[in-house]
Amino acid sequence: MNTWIEKQRHLIDFTVASLARRKGKNLGLLSIYGLLVFVLASVALYTHALRAEATKVLAGTPEIVLQRLVAGRHDLIPPGYIERIGRIRGVQKKEGRLWGYYYDSVVKANYTFMVAPGMKIARGEIVVGPALERSRGLAAGNGISFRSYSGELHTFIVADVLPQSSELVSADLVLMHEEDFRAFFKYPEGHYTDVALSVANPQEIKNVAVKLMNALPDSRPILRDEVLRTYASIFDWREGIMLALLAAAILAFGILAWEKAAGLSAEEKREIGILKAIGWETGDVIKMKFWEGLLISLLAFLLGYIAAYLHVFHADAVLFEPVLKGWAVLYPRFTLTPHIDGLQIATLFFFTVFPYTAAVLVPIWRAATTDPDTVMRG
Amino acid sequence: MLELTNIRKAFNQGRHNEYWALSGIDLAIPERKVTALRGPSGSGKTTLLTILGCLARPTEGRVRLKGEDISGLPERFLTEIRRQTFGFIFQQFNLIRGLSAIENVVLPAYPTGRPRKVLLERAEALLADVNLGHRRDAKVEWLSGGEQQRVAICRALINDPEALIADEPTANLDTKLSKEFLGILERLAASGRTIILTSHDPMVVESAVVDHVVTLRDGQIVDEK
Ligand SMILES: Nc1ncnc2c1ncn2[C@@H]1O[C@H](COP(=O)(O)OP(=O)(O)OP(=O)(O)O)[C@@H](O)[C@H]1O
Ligand SMILES: [Mg+2]
Repeated sequence: MNTWIEKQRHLIDFTVASLARRKGKNLGLLSIYGLLVFVLASVALYTHALRAEATKVLAGTPEIVLQRLVAGRHDLIPPGYIERIGRIRGVQKKEGRLWGYYYDSVVKANYTFMVAPGMKIARGEIVVGPALERSRGLAAGNGISFRSYSGELHTFIVADVLPQSSELVSADLVLMHEEDFRAFFKYPEGHYTDVALSVANPQEIKNVAVKLMNALPDSRPILRDEVLRTYASIFDWREGIMLALLAAAILAFGILAWEKAAGLSAEEKREIGILKAIGWETGDVIKMKFWEGLLISLLAFLLGYIAAYLHVFHADAVLFEPVLKGWAVLYPRFTLTPHIDGLQIATLFFFTVFPYTAAVLVPIWRAATTDPDTVMRG
Repeated sequence: MLELTNIRKAFNQGRHNEYWALSGIDLAIPERKVTALRGPSGSGKTTLLTILGCLARPTEGRVRLKGEDISGLPERFLTEIRRQTFGFIFQQFNLIRGLSAIENVVLPAYPTGRPRKVLLERAEALLADVNLGHRRDAKVEWLSGGEQQRVAICRALINDPEALIADEPTANLDTKLSKEFLGILERLAASGRTIILTSHDPMVVESAVVDHVVTLRDGQIVDEK
């Protein structure tokens, strides 16, 4: 066992020394390879994080949101409006929602103030999202004052900070009690921002929407399914482009690997002959080359993956912007939640490290099985 | 130490360019002696050497190493025998370019799995022995022909083999370096190793270190003394 380990160490030593000899060539190979992994991993991480994000966003939203329009613009829901909807078959629950935007001049950021549905928050307390936690240095128990649009100062105690599970959903949220909300914005009593309706049967959503329009001609129902569909179509289109890029990249990589495979240099063949003549077994030579392929591909994989991770989660995938800009249709600006998936890494690993290592080994195997006596002759 | 009976070796057997490089060799290589193979170019010296050193298998005939028949062994075993029993000094030295002298020396020991520290110590001692201690980290392509050969000799000795095999060891050396080589040869012979070499060079073949001279012609032994 010990000699086995020692032997592998020798092989790796030799491999490293051997790689260092052809620095230019191997660095070139490493960078092309790393770049490929980078592109593949970026696409994978990005689309995966987006999907996860999207699922989270939409999971919590009601099937239908009803807005009231005045002169084509979103206006408040007046008292009695919700009652006018009356009983519509299939609607399980209808409730007025209260939310609004607040511009914090201290840190020059917009927050979404909201009365949390189904969440008990005491008067004078708020629950904030992770973005506020960061930008204003807030923690549970801290007090914070906001100057309202009418000029008064309102002070709140931070009761809790929302978990960072999805930045997109909760980053800029400030949840508060209804009375506090009305007082802060001088929101007229009995008015709401919009109405959320839950419909249990997806088949009925369309009908419900039609009935809503009939009952309240000045309203605009927004269906979750429609948002989803817009979302999906944008998504698929973008992904299609990415896949085309991907196919091109894989093709280029295949050519590279093949070239490397077919073009085992005369020098390399000579070296294999020497090693065999001085007592290396065919298996040793193959193992050495295997380590060589593995070292290069592992290193490329690591570098490419880490670069992709930084690119997607810390640089907002800037390089994809021209292709993926369409997302702004739905979400003006956001940072994706870092998300790593084991299966995804395994897949990526399999499709990059494995073919390369295999492609390198085949010609080596052929060279390594030639007779050792050839080195005796020039 | 080695016994060959009725060895024949064909190249490209069964094809139109079939060529019998050795045709019926019977030869015994004495232990702890220096044997030289000589003969005109193309007489089969190198071919015979590859069979003696287990680099190649004969087409016909038997090879016995210390009484044991090794002609039928699969390649794996031959490799192991080669590694343990023989050290090789090639005519073109066959060092691996880009690696330092000492890295070249330890190469044959890698498959043995001996600890690296031990190997480096031994390699260093061997290099010092042939006055190359100061060149240990030099890349082999920067070394002179004589220095390269001495590195090749150290490499042949790293696994402490019983026998050394050298093909035309002085072909690439001038007279002064050839003399130096004979000096090293003398020391190796005195240390009790079996040495087999081929040479055109009368200075080698006729020197006092050589105990046993075998003359080949057209793949056959024509003289032995
Ligand atoms: N791989 C091969 N295929 C075909 N013929 C070969 C091969 N190797 C050697 N030969 C032939 O076998 C014969 C013997 O070759 P060998 O190299 O043993 O001669 P040699 O005595 O060592 O010659 P030299 O003194 O020039 O080195 C030569 O005629 C050579 O052309
Ligand atoms: Mg020859």
